[in-house]
Amino acid sequence: MLSIENLHVSIGDKEIIKGLSLQVPAGEVHAVMGPNGAGKSTLSYTLAGRAGYEVTEGMATLDGEDLLALEPNERAAKGVFLSFQYPLEIPGVPTLTFIRAALNAQRKARGEGEVSAPAFLKLAREAAGKLKIDFDMLKRPLNVGFSGGEKKRMEILQMAMLSPRLLILDETDSGLDIDALRIVSEGVNAMRSPDRSMLVITHYQRLLDYIKPDRVHVLASGRIVASGGPELALELEAKGYDQYAKAAA
Amino acid sequence: MSLMQAIKARDASLLPSRRDEAWRYSDLRAAIREIPGASPEASRPTGPPPLVDVEADHEILVLNGRAEAKGFLAVAGAPITLRLRIVSDAEHTLHQSALTLDLEPGADLTLIETYEGQGSAYVSGFSLAISLGAGARLERIVLVDEPADAISISRSEIELQPGARLAQTVVCSGARLQRHETEVRHPGGGADVRLDGLYLLDGKRHADLTTVLAHTAPDGTTRQLTKGLAKDQARGVFQGRILVEEGADRTDARMGHHALLLNDGAEIDAKPELEIYADEVSCAHGNTVGSLDDAALFYMRSRGLPEAEARALLMQAFVGEVVDRIEHDGARAAVQAWVARRLEALA
Repeated sequence: MLSIENLHVSIGDKEIIKGLSLQVPAGEVHAVMGPNGAGKSTLSYTLAGRAGYEVTEGMATLDGEDLLALEPNERAAKGVFLSFQYPLEIPGVPTLTFIRAALNAQRKARGEGEVSAPAFLKLAREAAGKLKIDFDMLKRPLNVGFSGGEKKRMEILQMAMLSPRLLILDETDSGLDIDALRIVSEGVNAMRSPDRSMLVITHYQRLLDYIKPDRVHVLASGRIVASGGPELALELEAKGYDQYAKAAA
Repeated sequence: MSLMQAIKARDASLLPSRRDEAWRYSDLRAAIREIPGASPEASRPTGPPPLVDVEADHEILVLNGRAEAKGFLAVAGAPITLRLRIVSDAEHTLHQSALTLDLEPGADLTLIETYEGQGSAYVSGFSLAISLGAGARLERIVLVDEPADAISISRSEIELQPGARLAQTVVCSGARLQRHETEVRHPGGGADVRLDGLYLLDGKRHADLTTVLAHTAPDGTTRQLTKGLAKDQARGVFQGRILVEEGADRTDARMGHHALLLNDGAEIDAKPELEIYADEVSCAHGNTVGSLDDAALFYMRSRGLPEAEARALLMQAFVGEVVDRIEHDGARAAVQAWVARRLEALA
Protein backbone atom coordinates (compact mmCIF):
# COMPACT_ATOMS: atom_id res chain seq x y z
CA MET A 1 0.00 0.00 0.00
CA LEU A 2 2.13 2.96 1.22
CA SER A 3 5.77 2.66 0.34
CA ILE A 4 8.39 5.28 1.22
CA GLU A 5 11.95 4.76 0.00
CA ASN A 6 14.98 6.81 1.01
CA LEU A 7 12.96 10.01 1.32
CA HIS A 8 14.84 13.29 1.75
CA VAL A 9 12.87 16.48 2.41
CA SER A 10 14.11 20.02 2.87
CA ILE A 11 12.38 23.17 3.99
CA GLY A 12 14.35 26.01 2.51
CA ASP A 13 18.01 25.05 2.92
CA LYS A 14 17.41 22.82 5.89
CA GLU A 15 17.13 19.07 5.40
CA ILE A 16 14.56 17.65 7.81
CA ILE A 17 13.90 14.14 6.50
CA LYS A 18 17.16 12.36 5.75
CA GLY A 19 16.67 9.05 4.01
CA LEU A 20 13.45 7.74 5.51
CA SER A 21 12.11 4.35 4.40
CA LEU A 22 8.82 2.89 5.54
CA GLN A 23 6.31 0.31 4.27
CA VAL A 24 2.73 0.22 5.48
CA PRO A 25 0.91 -2.81 3.98
CA ALA A 26 -2.83 -2.70 3.35
CA GLY A 27 -4.92 -3.30 6.43
CA GLU A 28 -2.16 -2.38 8.89
CA VAL A 29 -1.80 0.44 11.39
CA HIS A 30 1.70 1.77 11.85
CA ALA A 31 2.73 4.26 14.49
CA VAL A 32 5.54 6.72 13.96
CA MET A 33 6.85 8.03 17.26
CA GLY A 34 9.60 10.48 17.84
CA PRO A 35 10.82 13.44 19.84
CA ASN A 36 9.99 17.03 18.95
CA GLY A 37 11.84 18.16 15.85
CA ALA A 38 12.39 14.62 14.55
CA GLY A 39 10.47 15.40 11.36
CA LYS A 40 7.09 13.87 12.20
CA SER A 41 4.97 16.76 10.90
CA THR A 42 7.28 17.23 7.93
CA LEU A 43 6.61 13.62 6.97
CA SER A 44 2.85 14.08 7.13
CA TYR A 45 2.86 17.40 5.25
CA THR A 46 5.15 15.95 2.58
CA LEU A 47 2.83 13.01 2.02
CA ALA A 48 -0.14 15.39 1.74
CA GLY A 49 1.72 17.71 -0.65
CA ARG A 50 2.13 20.99 1.19
CA ALA A 51 4.03 23.70 -0.69
CA GLY A 52 7.50 24.46 0.65
CA TYR A 53 8.34 20.86 1.52
CA GLU A 54 10.86 20.00 -1.14
CA VAL A 55 11.60 16.37 -1.86
CA THR A 56 15.24 16.23 -2.92
CA GLU A 57 15.60 12.47 -3.13
CA GLY A 58 13.62 9.27 -2.77
CA MET A 59 10.03 8.36 -3.44
CA ALA A 60 6.63 7.72 -1.91
CA THR A 61 4.05 5.58 -3.65
CA LEU A 62 0.50 4.51 -2.88
CA ASP A 63 -0.29 1.15 -4.47
CA GLY A 64 2.62 1.69 -6.82
CA GLU A 65 1.52 5.16 -7.90
CA ASP A 66 3.92 8.08 -7.38
CA LEU A 67 2.29 10.33 -4.79
CA LEU A 68 4.88 13.07 -4.90
CA ALA A 69 4.05 14.05 -8.49
CA LEU A 70 0.42 14.79 -7.61
CA GLU A 71 -1.30 17.97 -6.43
CA PRO A 72 -2.70 17.83 -2.88
CA ASN A 73 -6.28 17.52 -4.17
CA GLU A 74 -5.25 14.74 -6.57
CA ARG A 75 -3.69 12.85 -3.65
CA ALA A 76 -6.95 13.26 -1.74
CA ALA A 77 -8.90 11.84 -4.68
CA LYS A 78 -6.51 8.86 -4.67
CA GLY A 79 -7.44 8.25 -1.05
CA VAL A 80 -4.85 10.13 1.03
CA PHE A 81 -6.24 11.87 4.10
CA LEU A 82 -4.17 13.87 6.55
CA SER A 83 -5.78 14.65 9.88
CA PHE A 84 -4.11 17.92 10.86
CA GLN A 85 -2.46 18.49 14.20
CA TYR A 86 -3.94 21.99 14.10
CA PRO A 87 -7.05 21.92 11.89
CA LEU A 88 -7.63 25.22 10.10
CA GLU A 89 -10.62 27.47 10.63
CA ILE A 90 -12.56 28.17 7.43
CA PRO A 91 -14.64 31.30 8.13
CA GLY A 92 -17.92 31.65 6.31
CA VAL A 93 -18.00 28.10 4.94
CA PRO A 94 -20.51 25.88 6.76
CA THR A 95 -19.01 22.51 7.69
CA LEU A 96 -21.58 20.57 5.66
CA THR A 97 -21.01 22.76 2.60
CA PHE A 98 -17.29 22.19 2.88
CA ILE A 99 -17.45 18.42 3.26
CA ARG A 100 -19.95 18.09 0.45
CA ALA A 101 -17.78 20.19 -1.88
CA ALA A 102 -14.73 18.08 -0.95
CA LEU A 103 -16.57 14.80 -1.41
CA ASN A 104 -17.98 15.81 -4.78
CA ALA A 105 -14.63 17.16 -5.96
CA GLN A 106 -13.01 13.83 -5.09
CA ARG A 107 -15.78 11.89 -6.81
CA LYS A 108 -15.52 14.08 -9.89
CA ALA A 109 -11.74 13.52 -10.03
CA ARG A 110 -12.39 9.77 -9.95
CA GLY A 111 -15.02 10.02 -12.69
CA GLU A 112 -17.90 9.31 -10.30
CA GLY A 113 -21.20 11.19 -10.13
CA GLU A 114 -22.08 13.69 -7.42
CA VAL A 115 -23.64 12.39 -4.25
CA SER A 116 -27.29 13.43 -3.93
CA ALA A 117 -28.32 15.87 -1.20
CA PRO A 118 -30.48 13.35 0.73
CA ALA A 119 -27.77 10.66 0.55
CA PHE A 120 -25.17 13.17 1.73
CA LEU A 121 -27.29 14.32 4.67
CA LYS A 122 -27.91 10.72 5.71
CA LEU A 123 -24.17 10.05 5.60
CA ALA A 124 -23.49 13.20 7.65
CA ARG A 125 -26.10 12.36 10.29
CA GLU A 126 -24.74 8.86 10.75
CA ALA A 127 -21.15 9.98 10.99
CA ALA A 128 -21.99 12.82 13.39
CA GLY A 129 -24.02 10.48 15.59
CA LYS A 130 -21.14 8.04 15.96
CA LEU A 131 -18.77 10.82 16.96
CA LYS A 132 -21.31 12.41 19.30
CA ILE A 133 -21.28 15.63 17.30
CA ASP A 134 -24.44 17.75 17.51
CA PHE A 135 -25.74 17.88 13.93
CA ASP A 136 -26.47 21.63 14.21
CA MET A 137 -22.76 22.20 14.70
CA LEU A 138 -22.25 21.09 11.09
CA LYS A 139 -24.20 24.12 9.94
CA ARG A 140 -21.61 26.41 11.50
CA PRO A 141 -18.48 27.54 9.66
CA LEU A 142 -15.89 24.78 9.80
CA ASN A 143 -13.83 24.87 13.00
CA VAL A 144 -14.54 28.56 13.66
CA GLY A 145 -14.75 28.98 17.42
CA PHE A 146 -14.57 25.20 17.97
CA SER A 147 -12.55 23.84 20.89
CA GLY A 148 -9.44 21.74 20.26
CA GLY A 149 -11.38 18.56 20.91
CA GLU A 150 -14.23 19.60 18.62
CA LYS A 151 -11.79 20.34 15.82
CA LYS A 152 -10.25 16.88 16.14
CA ARG A 153 -13.69 15.31 16.06
CA MET A 154 -14.43 17.28 12.90
CA GLU A 155 -11.27 15.82 11.37
CA ILE A 156 -12.43 12.30 12.13
CA LEU A 157 -15.91 13.14 10.83
CA GLN A 158 -14.44 14.27 7.53
CA MET A 159 -12.26 11.19 7.44
CA ALA A 160 -15.28 8.95 7.94
CA MET A 161 -17.28 10.72 5.25
CA LEU A 162 -14.50 10.93 2.69
CA SER A 163 -13.56 7.28 3.27
CA PRO A 164 -9.85 7.45 2.38
CA ARG A 165 -7.52 4.48 1.78
CA LEU A 166 -4.51 5.96 3.57
CA LEU A 167 -5.12 7.76 6.86
CA ILE A 168 -2.38 9.91 8.29
CA LEU A 169 -3.10 11.05 11.84
CA ASP A 170 -0.74 13.85 12.84
CA GLU A 171 -0.67 14.21 16.65
CA THR A 172 -4.40 13.55 16.78
CA ASP A 173 -4.22 13.13 20.56
CA SER A 174 -2.85 16.60 21.23
CA GLY A 175 -5.36 18.82 22.97
CA LEU A 176 -7.78 15.99 23.75
CA ASP A 177 -9.09 15.10 27.17
CA ILE A 178 -9.69 11.44 28.05
CA ASP A 179 -13.33 11.39 26.92
CA ALA A 180 -12.60 13.07 23.60
CA LEU A 181 -9.61 10.79 23.09
CA ARG A 182 -11.84 7.76 23.52
CA ILE A 183 -14.49 9.05 21.09
CA VAL A 184 -11.92 10.02 18.48
CA SER A 185 -10.10 6.68 18.83
CA GLU A 186 -13.34 4.75 18.47
CA GLY A 187 -14.00 6.73 15.30
CA VAL A 188 -10.59 5.81 13.94
CA ASN A 189 -10.84 2.16 14.99
CA ALA A 190 -14.21 1.88 13.24
CA MET A 191 -12.38 2.68 10.01
CA ARG A 192 -9.89 -0.14 10.30
CA SER A 193 -10.36 -2.43 7.33
CA PRO A 194 -8.31 -4.84 5.22
CA ASP A 195 -8.01 -2.38 2.35
CA ARG A 196 -7.09 0.68 4.44
CA SER A 197 -3.75 1.67 5.90
CA MET A 198 -3.07 4.07 8.76
CA LEU A 199 -0.03 6.04 9.77
CA VAL A 200 -0.42 7.28 13.33
CA ILE A 201 2.09 9.99 14.13
CA THR A 202 2.45 10.76 17.79
CA HIS A 203 4.81 11.93 20.47
CA TYR A 204 3.16 10.03 23.30
CA GLN A 205 2.30 6.40 23.81
CA ARG A 206 -1.11 7.33 25.24
CA LEU A 207 -2.95 7.35 21.89
CA LEU A 208 -1.67 3.85 21.15
CA ASP A 209 -3.57 2.48 24.15
CA TYR A 210 -6.66 3.32 22.15
CA ILE A 211 -5.51 2.80 18.58
CA LYS A 212 -3.48 -0.43 18.69
CA PRO A 213 -0.71 -0.39 16.09
CA ASP A 214 0.58 -3.41 14.23
CA ARG A 215 4.04 -1.86 14.04
CA VAL A 216 5.83 0.98 15.78
CA HIS A 217 8.63 3.00 14.21
CA VAL A 218 10.90 5.45 15.93
CA LEU A 219 11.68 8.59 13.95
CA ALA A 220 14.73 10.55 15.09
CA SER A 221 16.69 13.19 13.20
CA GLY A 222 14.83 12.51 9.97
CA ARG A 223 15.27 8.71 9.83
CA ILE A 224 13.55 5.59 11.11
CA VAL A 225 16.03 4.40 13.73
CA ALA A 226 14.10 1.49 15.19
CA SER A 227 11.04 -0.59 14.32
CA GLY A 228 9.20 -3.20 16.29
CA GLY A 229 5.89 -4.41 17.62
CA PRO A 230 3.54 -2.53 19.98
CA GLU A 231 5.92 -3.29 22.88
CA LEU A 232 8.35 -0.75 21.42
CA ALA A 233 5.92 2.05 22.27
CA LEU A 234 5.81 0.95 25.90
CA GLU A 235 9.57 0.81 26.04
CA LEU A 236 9.76 4.37 24.67
CA GLU A 237 7.31 5.53 27.28
CA ALA A 238 9.50 4.02 30.00
CA LYS A 239 12.94 4.99 28.71
CA GLY A 240 12.30 8.08 26.60
CA TYR A 241 13.78 9.05 23.23
CA ASP A 242 17.27 9.93 24.43
CA GLN A 243 18.96 6.70 23.34
CA TYR A 244 17.65 7.16 19.79
CA ALA A 245 18.43 10.83 19.57
CA LYS A 246 22.05 9.96 20.44
CA ALA A 247 22.10 7.02 18.05
CA ALA A 248 20.85 9.20 15.20
CA ALA A 249 23.19 12.09 15.87
CA MET B 1 -20.38 68.48 -7.64
CA SER B 2 -17.32 69.55 -9.51
CA LEU B 3 -18.07 67.11 -12.31
CA MET B 4 -21.25 69.07 -13.06
CA GLN B 5 -19.41 72.41 -13.01
CA ALA B 6 -16.71 71.07 -15.27
CA ILE B 7 -19.29 69.77 -17.70
CA LYS B 8 -21.21 73.04 -17.72
CA ALA B 9 -18.06 75.03 -18.33
CA ARG B 10 -16.72 72.34 -20.67
CA ASP B 11 -13.46 72.73 -18.78
CA ALA B 12 -11.62 69.56 -17.69
CA SER B 13 -9.32 71.57 -15.46
CA LEU B 14 -12.24 72.07 -13.06
CA LEU B 15 -12.42 68.34 -12.42
CA PRO B 16 -11.24 67.10 -9.04
CA SER B 17 -7.80 65.52 -9.07
CA ARG B 18 -5.57 63.71 -6.60
CA ARG B 19 -4.62 67.07 -5.16
CA ASP B 20 -8.13 67.27 -3.72
CA GLU B 21 -8.12 65.24 -0.52
CA ALA B 22 -11.50 63.64 -1.24
CA TRP B 23 -10.28 62.48 -4.67
CA ARG B 24 -6.76 61.51 -3.67
CA TYR B 25 -7.09 57.91 -4.83
CA SER B 26 -9.43 58.53 -7.76
CA ASP B 27 -7.91 61.13 -10.01
CA LEU B 28 -10.81 62.17 -12.20
CA ARG B 29 -8.83 64.89 -13.98
CA ALA B 30 -6.19 62.38 -15.03
CA ALA B 31 -8.91 60.07 -16.36
CA ILE B 32 -10.74 62.78 -18.33
CA ARG B 33 -8.30 64.91 -20.31
CA GLU B 34 -11.02 66.62 -22.26
CA ILE B 35 -14.74 66.93 -21.64
CA PRO B 36 -16.32 64.61 -24.21
CA GLY B 37 -19.30 65.53 -26.36
CA ALA B 38 -22.83 64.83 -25.21
CA SER B 39 -24.19 61.32 -25.56
CA PRO B 40 -26.94 60.91 -28.15
CA GLU B 41 -30.43 59.82 -27.35
CA ALA B 42 -30.61 56.07 -27.18
CA SER B 43 -33.41 53.64 -27.68
CA ARG B 44 -34.75 51.69 -24.76
CA PRO B 45 -32.42 48.90 -23.78
CA THR B 46 -33.31 45.53 -25.17
CA GLY B 47 -31.17 43.56 -22.78
CA PRO B 48 -32.54 42.49 -19.42
CA PRO B 49 -31.58 44.46 -16.33
CA PRO B 50 -29.00 42.72 -14.12
CA LEU B 51 -31.52 42.25 -11.32
CA VAL B 52 -34.08 40.87 -13.69
CA ASP B 53 -35.77 38.51 -11.28
CA VAL B 54 -36.82 41.19 -8.87
CA GLU B 55 -40.40 42.30 -9.29
CA ALA B 56 -40.97 45.99 -8.88
CA ASP B 57 -44.07 48.13 -8.47
CA HIS B 58 -42.53 51.04 -10.35
CA GLU B 59 -39.65 51.58 -12.71
CA ILE B 60 -37.77 54.71 -13.69
CA LEU B 61 -35.39 54.49 -16.60
CA VAL B 62 -32.54 56.94 -17.04
CA LEU B 63 -31.10 56.49 -20.49
CA ASN B 64 -27.93 58.33 -21.46
CA GLY B 65 -28.77 61.03 -18.96
CA ARG B 66 -32.41 61.37 -19.97
CA ALA B 67 -34.66 60.46 -17.08
CA GLU B 68 -38.27 59.43 -17.50
CA ALA B 69 -39.14 61.33 -14.34
CA LYS B 70 -37.71 64.12 -12.22
CA GLY B 71 -38.27 62.17 -9.07
CA PHE B 72 -40.36 59.78 -7.09
CA LEU B 73 -42.56 60.15 -4.04
CA ALA B 74 -43.12 57.10 -1.86
CA VAL B 75 -46.32 57.44 0.14
CA ALA B 76 -46.96 55.83 3.49
CA GLY B 77 -48.72 52.51 3.52
CA ALA B 78 -47.90 49.20 1.95
CA PRO B 79 -44.26 48.47 1.06
CA ILE B 80 -43.25 49.67 -2.40
CA THR B 81 -40.47 48.45 -4.67
CA LEU B 82 -38.97 50.90 -7.12
CA ARG B 83 -36.53 49.92 -9.81
CA LEU B 84 -34.23 52.68 -10.95
CA ARG B 85 -32.20 51.81 -14.02
CA ILE B 86 -29.37 54.11 -15.00
CA VAL B 87 -28.44 52.88 -18.44
CA SER B 88 -25.45 54.04 -20.44
CA ASP B 89 -25.48 53.14 -24.10
CA ALA B 90 -22.81 55.39 -25.52
CA GLU B 91 -19.32 55.43 -27.02
CA HIS B 92 -16.77 58.05 -25.96
CA THR B 93 -19.49 60.55 -25.00
CA LEU B 94 -20.78 62.03 -21.77
CA HIS B 95 -24.14 62.18 -20.06
CA GLN B 96 -25.38 63.07 -16.64
CA SER B 97 -28.60 63.52 -14.79
CA ALA B 98 -30.13 64.02 -11.36
CA LEU B 99 -33.17 62.69 -9.59
CA THR B 100 -34.96 63.19 -6.28
CA LEU B 101 -36.52 60.53 -4.14
CA ASP B 102 -38.81 61.43 -1.26
CA LEU B 103 -40.24 59.10 1.33
CA GLU B 104 -43.24 60.35 3.26
CA PRO B 105 -43.27 59.75 7.00
CA GLY B 106 -43.94 56.06 7.52
CA ALA B 107 -43.28 55.08 3.90
CA ASP B 108 -41.55 51.75 3.23
CA LEU B 109 -39.53 51.62 0.03
CA THR B 110 -37.11 49.16 -1.48
CA LEU B 111 -35.01 50.87 -4.13
CA ILE B 112 -33.23 48.66 -6.61
CA GLU B 113 -30.78 50.90 -8.38
CA THR B 114 -28.79 49.45 -11.24
CA TYR B 115 -26.07 51.02 -13.35
CA GLU B 116 -26.02 49.19 -16.63
CA GLY B 117 -23.27 49.95 -19.09
CA GLN B 118 -23.90 48.80 -22.61
CA GLY B 119 -21.48 50.93 -24.58
CA SER B 120 -17.84 51.70 -24.03
CA ALA B 121 -15.55 54.46 -22.84
CA TYR B 122 -18.42 56.73 -21.86
CA VAL B 123 -18.51 59.16 -18.98
CA SER B 124 -21.60 58.92 -16.82
CA GLY B 125 -22.62 61.20 -13.98
CA PHE B 126 -25.64 60.66 -11.79
CA SER B 127 -26.85 62.28 -8.63
CA LEU B 128 -29.67 61.39 -6.34
CA ALA B 129 -31.17 63.44 -3.51
CA ILE B 130 -33.06 61.29 -1.04
CA SER B 131 -35.13 62.37 1.93
CA LEU B 132 -36.73 60.07 4.48
CA GLY B 133 -39.60 61.35 6.61
CA ALA B 134 -40.00 60.39 10.26
CA GLY B 135 -40.29 56.64 10.67
CA ALA B 136 -39.79 55.96 6.96
CA ARG B 137 -37.82 52.95 5.88
CA LEU B 138 -35.61 52.70 2.81
CA GLU B 139 -33.61 49.73 1.69
CA ARG B 140 -31.40 50.75 -1.18
CA ILE B 141 -29.63 48.08 -3.17
CA VAL B 142 -27.21 49.44 -5.74
CA LEU B 143 -25.58 47.28 -8.38
CA VAL B 144 -23.01 49.00 -10.56
CA ASP B 145 -22.06 46.83 -13.52
CA GLU B 146 -20.17 48.70 -16.19
CA PRO B 147 -17.61 48.09 -18.92
CA ALA B 148 -13.92 48.15 -17.97
CA ASP B 149 -13.23 51.35 -19.94
CA ALA B 150 -16.15 53.45 -18.66
CA ILE B 151 -15.98 56.35 -16.25
CA SER B 152 -18.88 56.57 -13.89
CA ILE B 153 -19.50 58.91 -11.01
CA SER B 154 -22.53 58.59 -8.83
CA ARG B 155 -23.31 60.69 -5.83
CA SER B 156 -26.20 60.70 -3.43
CA GLU B 157 -27.20 62.92 -0.56
CA ILE B 158 -29.49 61.37 1.98
CA GLU B 159 -31.34 63.20 4.71
CA LEU B 160 -33.24 61.32 7.41
CA GLN B 161 -35.77 62.38 10.01
CA PRO B 162 -35.78 60.87 13.51
CA GLY B 163 -37.01 57.31 13.67
CA ALA B 164 -36.22 56.67 10.01
CA ARG B 165 -34.22 53.71 8.85
CA LEU B 166 -31.82 53.54 5.93
CA ALA B 167 -30.18 50.31 4.81
CA GLN B 168 -27.87 50.58 1.83
CA THR B 169 -25.77 48.02 -0.03
CA VAL B 170 -23.60 49.09 -2.95
CA VAL B 171 -22.12 46.30 -5.05
CA CYS B 172 -19.81 47.25 -7.88
CA SER B 173 -17.76 45.84 -10.71
CA GLY B 174 -15.31 48.71 -11.05
CA ALA B 175 -14.55 50.38 -14.36
CA ARG B 176 -11.77 52.58 -15.65
CA LEU B 177 -12.86 54.88 -12.85
CA GLN B 178 -16.01 54.18 -10.94
CA ARG B 179 -16.96 56.11 -7.87
CA HIS B 180 -20.03 55.74 -5.75
CA GLU B 181 -20.37 58.38 -3.12
CA THR B 182 -22.97 58.62 -0.36
CA GLU B 183 -23.42 61.50 2.01
CA VAL B 184 -25.79 61.00 4.93
CA ARG B 185 -27.19 63.47 7.46
CA HIS B 186 -28.07 61.33 10.44
CA PRO B 187 -30.60 62.96 12.78
CA GLY B 188 -30.24 60.55 15.71
CA GLY B 189 -33.51 60.19 17.62
CA GLY B 190 -33.58 56.46 17.13
CA ALA B 191 -32.82 56.69 13.42
CA ASP B 192 -30.76 53.77 12.19
CA VAL B 193 -28.40 53.57 9.24
CA ARG B 194 -26.68 50.63 7.61
CA LEU B 195 -24.16 51.48 4.89
CA ASP B 196 -22.62 48.45 3.22
CA GLY B 197 -20.46 48.02 0.18
CA LEU B 198 -18.77 45.39 -1.91
CA TYR B 199 -16.30 45.71 -4.77
CA LEU B 200 -15.13 42.80 -6.93
CA LEU B 201 -12.36 43.94 -9.24
CA ASP B 202 -10.08 42.44 -11.84
CA GLY B 203 -8.06 43.63 -14.81
CA LYS B 204 -7.37 47.34 -14.46
CA ARG B 205 -10.70 48.15 -12.92
CA HIS B 206 -10.94 50.85 -10.30
CA ALA B 207 -13.78 51.24 -7.84
CA ASP B 208 -14.11 53.90 -5.19
CA LEU B 209 -16.70 53.62 -2.46
CA THR B 210 -16.83 56.83 -0.51
CA THR B 211 -19.21 57.61 2.33
CA VAL B 212 -19.52 60.62 4.57
CA LEU B 213 -21.95 60.29 7.43
CA ALA B 214 -22.67 62.94 10.02
CA HIS B 215 -24.46 62.22 13.27
CA THR B 216 -26.05 65.57 14.08
CA ALA B 217 -28.15 64.76 17.18
CA PRO B 218 -28.21 62.22 20.05
CA ASP B 219 -29.22 58.57 19.96
CA GLY B 220 -28.42 57.44 16.46
CA THR B 221 -26.95 54.15 15.31
CA THR B 222 -24.83 53.37 12.26
CA ARG B 223 -23.49 50.08 11.01
CA GLN B 224 -21.11 50.04 8.10
CA LEU B 225 -19.44 47.06 6.47
CA THR B 226 -17.53 47.19 3.22
CA LYS B 227 -15.59 44.34 1.70
CA GLY B 228 -13.61 43.99 -1.46
CA LEU B 229 -11.51 41.75 -3.65
CA ALA B 230 -8.89 43.03 -6.07
CA LYS B 231 -7.09 40.93 -8.66
CA ASP B 232 -4.58 41.66 -11.46
CA GLN B 233 -3.81 45.39 -11.44
CA ALA B 234 -7.19 46.40 -10.08
CA ARG B 235 -7.51 49.08 -7.47
CA GLY B 236 -10.11 49.33 -4.75
CA VAL B 237 -10.69 52.50 -2.78
CA PHE B 238 -12.66 52.80 0.41
CA GLN B 239 -13.12 56.14 2.07
CA GLY B 240 -15.45 56.11 5.02
CA ARG B 241 -15.92 59.06 7.29
CA ILE B 242 -18.18 59.13 10.31
CA LEU B 243 -18.53 62.46 12.01
CA VAL B 244 -20.20 62.66 15.40
CA GLU B 245 -21.05 66.29 15.83
CA GLU B 246 -21.14 68.16 19.10
CA GLY B 247 -24.31 67.22 20.97
CA ALA B 248 -24.81 63.94 19.11
CA ASP B 249 -24.41 62.11 22.40
CA ARG B 250 -24.97 58.37 22.82
CA THR B 251 -24.21 57.79 19.16
CA ASP B 252 -23.44 54.16 18.41
CA ALA B 253 -21.45 53.71 15.20
CA ARG B 254 -19.32 50.90 13.81
CA MET B 255 -17.38 50.88 10.60
CA GLY B 256 -15.55 47.97 9.04
CA HIS B 257 -13.61 47.64 5.81
CA HIS B 258 -11.94 44.38 4.90
CA ALA B 259 -10.31 43.58 1.60
CA LEU B 260 -8.27 40.84 0.01
CA LEU B 261 -5.55 41.31 -2.56
CA LEU B 262 -5.60 38.28 -4.82
CA ASN B 263 -2.14 38.91 -6.26
CA ASP B 264 0.81 41.27 -6.01
CA GLY B 265 -0.18 43.82 -8.65
CA ALA B 266 -3.51 44.76 -7.11
CA GLU B 267 -3.96 47.70 -4.79
CA ILE B 268 -6.33 48.71 -2.00
CA ASP B 269 -6.46 52.20 -0.56
CA ALA B 270 -8.49 52.59 2.59
CA LYS B 271 -9.18 55.70 4.57
CA PRO B 272 -11.50 55.07 7.50
CA GLU B 273 -12.10 58.15 9.62
CA LEU B 274 -13.98 58.64 12.87
CA GLU B 275 -14.29 62.18 14.12
CA ILE B 276 -16.00 62.57 17.46
CA TYR B 277 -17.08 65.78 19.18
CA ALA B 278 -19.81 64.34 21.43
CA ASP B 279 -19.99 62.51 24.77
CA GLU B 280 -20.84 58.95 25.77
CA VAL B 281 -20.48 57.70 22.26
CA SER B 282 -19.72 54.13 21.29
CA CYS B 283 -17.72 54.17 18.08
CA ALA B 284 -15.33 51.68 16.54
CA HIS B 285 -13.71 51.01 13.24
CA GLY B 286 -11.73 48.13 11.83
CA ASN B 287 -9.77 47.96 8.63
CA THR B 288 -7.86 45.00 7.26
CA VAL B 289 -6.21 44.26 3.95
CA GLY B 290 -4.81 40.78 3.46
CA SER B 291 -4.63 37.90 1.07
CA LEU B 292 -6.24 34.48 0.84
CA ASP B 293 -4.90 32.28 3.63
CA ASP B 294 -2.38 29.81 2.13
CA ALA B 295 -2.67 27.45 5.09
CA ALA B 296 -6.45 27.35 4.72
CA LEU B 297 -6.08 26.77 0.97
CA PHE B 298 -3.74 23.82 1.56
CA TYR B 299 -6.11 22.41 4.15
CA MET B 300 -9.01 22.62 1.69
CA ARG B 301 -6.98 21.10 -1.12
CA SER B 302 -5.84 18.26 1.13
CA ARG B 303 -9.51 17.36 1.41
CA GLY B 304 -9.85 17.14 -2.34
CA LEU B 305 -10.85 20.61 -3.52
CA PRO B 306 -8.98 21.82 -6.63
CA GLU B 307 -7.18 25.11 -6.05
CA ALA B 308 -9.58 27.29 -8.07
CA GLU B 309 -12.56 25.80 -6.26
CA ALA B 310 -10.94 26.29 -2.87
CA ARG B 311 -10.14 29.91 -3.72
CA ALA B 312 -13.69 30.54 -4.96
CA LEU B 313 -15.14 29.03 -1.79
CA LEU B 314 -12.96 31.23 0.43
CA MET B 315 -13.79 34.34 -1.60
CA GLN B 316 -17.50 33.58 -1.56
CA ALA B 317 -17.38 33.11 2.20
CA PHE B 318 -15.49 36.38 2.56
CA VAL B 319 -17.94 38.52 0.60
CA GLY B 320 -21.02 36.57 1.67
CA GLU B 321 -21.22 38.49 4.91
CA VAL B 322 -22.08 41.68 3.04
CA VAL B 323 -24.53 40.08 0.63
CA ASP B 324 -26.31 38.24 3.44
CA ARG B 325 -27.17 41.56 5.07
CA ILE B 326 -29.44 42.52 2.16
CA GLU B 327 -32.94 42.26 3.57
CA HIS B 328 -35.06 42.08 0.39
CA ASP B 329 -35.16 38.37 -0.50
CA GLY B 330 -35.40 38.79 -4.26
CA ALA B 331 -32.66 41.40 -4.41
CA ARG B 332 -30.39 39.34 -2.18
CA ALA B 333 -30.81 36.29 -4.41
CA ALA B 334 -30.15 38.36 -7.52
CA VAL B 335 -27.04 39.94 -6.01
CA GLN B 336 -25.84 36.50 -4.90
CA ALA B 337 -26.15 35.25 -8.47
CA TRP B 338 -24.34 38.31 -9.83
CA VAL B 339 -21.55 37.93 -7.27
CA ALA B 340 -21.17 34.23 -8.08
CA ARG B 341 -20.63 35.12 -11.75
CA ARG B 342 -18.08 37.80 -10.87
CA LEU B 343 -16.19 35.45 -8.57
CA GLU B 344 -15.69 33.00 -11.41
CA ALA B 345 -13.63 35.70 -13.10
CA LEU B 346 -11.66 36.31 -9.92
CA ALA B 347 -10.96 32.68 -8.90
